Parts: sequence; C-alpha cells; structure tokens
Amino acid sequence: MNTAADGLSVDQVHVWRGDRHVLKGVSLTLRPRQLLHISGPNGTGKTTLLRVVCGLLRPEQGLVSWLGQSISSVRAEYQAALAYASHEPALKGDLTALENLRFAVGLKRRVTAGELRASLEKTGVAGCADLPARVLSAGQRRRVALARILSMKASLWLLDEPFTNLDAAGTDLTGALLQSHVEGGGAALVVAHHDLKVDVDMRRLELGL
Amino acid sequence: MNVGSIEAFTLIVRRELCLSFRRPDQLLQPLVFFLIVTTLFPLGLSLQLSLLRDMAPGVLWVAALLSSLLSVDSLFKSDADDGTLEQLALCGQGLTVIVVAKTFAHWLVSGAALVLASPVVGTALGIPPGVFPTMMLSLILGTLTLSWLGAIGAGLTVGLKRGNVLLSLIVLPLAMPLLIFGAGATDRAISGTSAAGALYFLAALCVFTCTLAPFAATVALRITLE
Repeated sequence: MNTAADGLSVDQVHVWRGDRHVLKGVSLTLRPRQLLHISGPNGTGKTTLLRVVCGLLRPEQGLVSWLGQSISSVRAEYQAALAYASHEPALKGDLTALENLRFAVGLKRRVTAGELRASLEKTGVAGCADLPARVLSAGQRRRVALARILSMKASLWLLDEPFTNLDAAGTDLTGALLQSHVEGGGAALVVAHHDLKVDVDMRRLELGL
Repeated sequence: MNVGSIEAFTLIVRRELCLSFRRPDQLLQPLVFFLIVTTLFPLGLSLQLSLLRDMAPGVLWVAALLSSLLSVDSLFKSDADDGTLEQLALCGQGLTVIVVAKTFAHWLVSGAALVLASPVVGTALGIPPGVFPTMMLSLILGTLTLSWLGAIGAGLTVGLKRGNVLLSLIVLPLAMPLLIFGAGATDRAISGTSAAGALYFLAALCVFTCTLAPFAATVALRITLE
C-alpha cells in the first residue's frame, strides 16, 4: 500500500455505475509541489475519479486518504484544504460575479471584497465583478470559476476540464496559475484532454487503458 | 480564519434571500397561488356565510399545503442544476448546516409570507378577526413543519427530472396530521372552544420535525449527490 502521509492517496478504488464497472482499481498519490494530469477518452471515469477524490462519491471498494487518514474521518479538514472546480462553472446566474465568489469562498474562509476583486483581476475579469453571471460569456464564467479557486487559498486543487471555453490567453493564464500554485507548495489534480504547458513536477495518469 | 457554523448559516440565509429577491416572480407565485385558490371557494360555493365559515379552516390549510409544496420543489434543485450544490457540499461546513440554512430561508420567503397574508384570506372566507391570532399561530407552526417535510422530499427527488409529482406523493401523506390539527385549531377557535390541545399537538409536530428532519434531509441529499 502506498500512502502519502503528507498528501493525497487513492488506493485501489473501484466504482460501479449500475452495471458498468467505471473505475477498476485506480491508485494514485499526490504530494505537495506535484501536479497530476489525468487524461483518457470520454467515458473512462475521469470525472467519476475526481468526484471520488472530492468525497462526493463513495467508492464501492478502496480508500481515499488525506495526510494518511481516510477522508471520511477528516471530512471538515479535508474540505477546508481542497478547492474543486467541476466541469460546470457553478455560478448563480442571478448573482453578480463578486457575490458568487463571496458566498462560495466566504463559507471556506473569511474574505474581503477587495481580495475577491483582486482574484477577479488576476483572472482577467475584473470588469465583470458587478455583472450578473447570467450575462457573462462561457469563457468569462470559466475565468470567474478560476478566480473562485484562487480565492479559496486551498492547498489541493481538483480541476475538471479547466480549459473548456477558454481562449488561448485564458489557457495560458490557467497554466501559469497552476504553475505558481504548485511552485508555492500546493498540489493539483487536473483532468484535461490536451497537454498542460507547465514546468513543474508533473505526472500523468491515463484512464481507460 | 475558519468560518464558524453560525457565520456560515447567516451567509447561506443571506445568499438564499438575495437569490429570492432577484426573482420576484418566483417569490410571489406560491403566495398568489394561495390567495387565488382560497378566493375560488367563496366564488364557487353558495353565498351562505355559515357554510363558508364551516369550510374556511380546511380550505385555508389545504391551500397552504399545496402552495408550500409548489415552492419547496426548487429548494435544492436549482443549486443541483447549476453545480453550486456540489460547491456547497464541499465548503467544509457539513451538509446539515447548509440544509438547515436553506430550509429556514425557504420558510422565511414562503411560509412566513403565507402567514402574513392569511388574515386577508381569512377575511375573504368569513373567519372572524378574533380568530386570526390562533389561525396565524397554527399556520406558523404548520408551515415550519411543512418546510421541513418538504426539505426531506426535495432532498430525495433532487436528482429526478420531473420529481415534483413524486415530491407531493411523499410529502402529502406525512402532512395529514398537520391538516387535521391545523384546521382543527382554527375550527375550535371559530366555534369558541379552546384550541389549546390542537395547538400543542401542532407545536409537538413542529419540534419533532425541526429536530429530526435536518438529519433526514441531509442523508437524502447526500444519497442523491452521489
């Protein structure tokens, strides 16, 4: 068994969805200053794996542990340490970008509006701060979601297809933010179809082989 | 730096109220439904005030029941549809705090509004103004209980495409004692006898659901999140 006492470890996880055996004994470890790039064809369980790692989905078999302990026994600490971005931007259309961030990040840590505006500035959507999320374009929403990840100041990033709908500049920006997160001592697990342009300790996990 | 449960509770209540007031149409729909259904009865029945007064408590309570079912359907659904429910579930606060805050906010905009509107409806149905305090108290206890029963149902049906019929089928049988004692309390007050017994029973039901339903709704929601 390969447990990482200082990070995340997934050990022999099996998940069935109905009759389909989606995850067949997936194992991985992720330590601080590491990035794990998960790829694979559609329908091979990349999102399912990410949901298992988050703790949203309980695996039928196998264990996910954080700092050497099962994530269900340290749920609050684990959730405080992670920032998850699903393939949807998860924004409320009726709230402004800033309000969306305030209500999402504010549940994790005390945060000021200035800090949130700074995050929006970093992801290039400062001008959208006071617009309702429903009028933003898909790419702008993705950038707001990225600002949410950034403001959470979490040590573990779990990103599901973070490059969807982003333009070239946005893709580069996401890569740069990932790089500085990992260089700053964080860990990241990224589900993406194309190659990541980052210069860090990166490993690959290909599902569906 | 960590956020306490009470702080998280107020933040979610503020979020819910903010979202509700950005959508005034959806906020007013259950209330208008309540008003229309109850005013249909005096129009449809004969104009005998005594008959209307006899039926008034039942009409009032059935309308309140249906109107609260109408709004509880979206309690978790809109958040589940846009992915914000997952974000809430992972915020580190525990799902129960979120469920309690969301349900309380839902009661504020649906149940409490209904209680405030009930004197208008009471007048239309010929309920004497002296009965209004008893009627409103029974409705406060009743709508709180209904919001909680609805939260369990909403948690169970959040993953379904057209779950609102199933939601009604789950919640309505559970709400029957509420209807009996809620309408009973108002009925007694109209006929001049003591409504205390029925009110105590309603209060007991309210305390019972308010303490246990949060956990039931949390479990229901966790199952559907998977």
